[in-house]
Amino acid sequence: MSIINLDHLAANPLLPEVQKAMIDAINKNYANPSSQHKLGDEAAAALQTAREKVARLINSPVEKEVIFTSSGTESVNHAVKGVAFANANKGKHIVTSNIEHNAVLRTLRALKMMDYRVTSVPVDHYGRINPTDVADAIRDDTILVTIMHSNNEIGTIQPIEEIAEITKAKKVIFHTDAVDSVGVVPIDVQQLGVDLLSFAANQFYGPSGVGGLYIRRGTRIWPLLDGGVQENNKRAGTENLIGIIGMGVAADLAKREMDFRIKHAKKIKNRLIEGLNARIEDIYINGHPELSLPNLVSVSVRFIEGEGIVLMLDEENIAVSTRSACAAGALQASHVLLSIGRDFADAQGTLVITYGRDTTEAEIDRFLDVLEEVVQTLRNMSPLYTKVKQEKAEGAAAG
Amino acid sequence: MYSQVVMDHFKNPRNVGEMKDADGVGEVGNPICGDMMTIYIKVKDEHIDDISFLTFGCGAAIAVSSMLTEMAKGKTVEEAQNITNKSVAEALEGLPKNKLHCSNLGADALHMAIKDYLDRKAGISKGTSKRADKHEHNHGDACYCPYCDVETDEKAPVCVNCGRELDEPH
Repeated sequence: MSIINLDHLAANPLLPEVQKAMIDAINKNYANPSSQHKLGDEAAAALQTAREKVARLINSPVEKEVIFTSSGTESVNHAVKGVAFANANKGKHIVTSNIEHNAVLRTLRALKMMDYRVTSVPVDHYGRINPTDVADAIRDDTILVTIMHSNNEIGTIQPIEEIAEITKAKKVIFHTDAVDSVGVVPIDVQQLGVDLLSFAANQFYGPSGVGGLYIRRGTRIWPLLDGGVQENNKRAGTENLIGIIGMGVAADLAKREMDFRIKHAKKIKNRLIEGLNARIEDIYINGHPELSLPNLVSVSVRFIEGEGIVLMLDEENIAVSTRSACAAGALQASHVLLSIGRDFADAQGTLVITYGRDTTEAEIDRFLDVLEEVVQTLRNMSPLYTKVKQEKAEGAAAG
Repeated sequence: MYSQVVMDHFKNPRNVGEMKDADGVGEVGNPICGDMMTIYIKVKDEHIDDISFLTFGCGAAIAVSSMLTEMAKGKTVEEAQNITNKSVAEALEGLPKNKLHCSNLGADALHMAIKDYLDRKAGISKGTSKRADKHEHNHGDACYCPYCDVETDEKAPVCVNCGRELDEPH
């Protein structure tokens, strides 16, 4: 039996075109793009083609401003640490938000141990940042603002352009973690006005293990990896050419199919949200109703815990992800869900449903059928649900 | 990740449900911790005649509750008091280390239900369940870093092995 994949955020399937390009690249046995001979030139040309395709996806004016990395995480580390180290003489203060991905949070934690200071701005109950809060948080010694473009748990998209206006006026470098946005929604680095933008190939049907970092020319930043002169002197290490070629093809397809993919994702999203609201009581749909990713639905199912839901759905060959602390292995409630006002128990019962261009409405309907049953089974086991049911019954009897 | 026994008890949990006329009720855990468990017992001739549970928690927590009720059913009150978190985990053919923490509330809940029964019998309290607001580690139960699985001190702010912050209870 085939598995219904509603966990695209964790791993998108490789598109056939991407697979083919990568297999061709393996068979071609490319040389090192840095080599001075004809074989090297051939590899360098393939690298260049991929870079042009990726640059076009984010509308980078100069393709040299895009460097390849090993992942979205590396890109984020590079952007944040690279700016922090290169600008330490100007100041050691960084502004971020309460709902960043761990790639940002843990990088900042490492910097805090090196005497950097961090101010984190809050979000509203949709998970949106108020740009005024960012402006107020910027001090004389602020060297960097790092705010994500869209959130990986609730999908909310941030007012990046408005924040960029502020950072430009205050002459502070601005990085956005756009890992969950690039290839999914239109991203134009010139229109956004950011200095640095992180992204990854596996979010748009490219391979895992390849990321990209946009570095606007003139941005003061150090390399994260020191060594050779690869990637315009900004990222040492022989390029993962096969992965990069895959990323290039995936980027090209993402740009061409973007409108269709968004239209399809929105249709799926509406069906999902309508179905959830109609069929399951006591749920919260998290994130902003309009300003959010089309390919993600976050739902908090009250009174039950997410890992149980995921395991039971898995038994029915449906793959979804949960933000439950138990399942994450972190034993901590999601900082994103707590930041938007969910309590600990509701955060525990949160599913992140992500889908793709090949997800069908029939799959969504089957998911809703199974979920409805699973939720009821788990709720019948839950002391929280039993309590609420009793209270409701008593309320009805009293009323 | 889970053993077959765990998956079996998770998928087909035994003795689920509230017991209205229970002789003893034990509640442990809180949602911050991740798991909440309520155990109900019915006692007849100093034997656990019937037992049931309600659990809010992960697959392991549900499996622990189910296994625990099977183990306690039919035992004398005294025998049931000797069931430990460890023996439940062993009967389940082991649990992942980072699941031992909150999922091993089971025996605690059973012991509280028994205490509630004994208290009621002695006339100390009347049918109110004892509630543990804070999850407390049993003496001798080790804590494991949720990130790297290495044993850590219960109160350690940072894991000694991997250096990660452990700001929540671990």
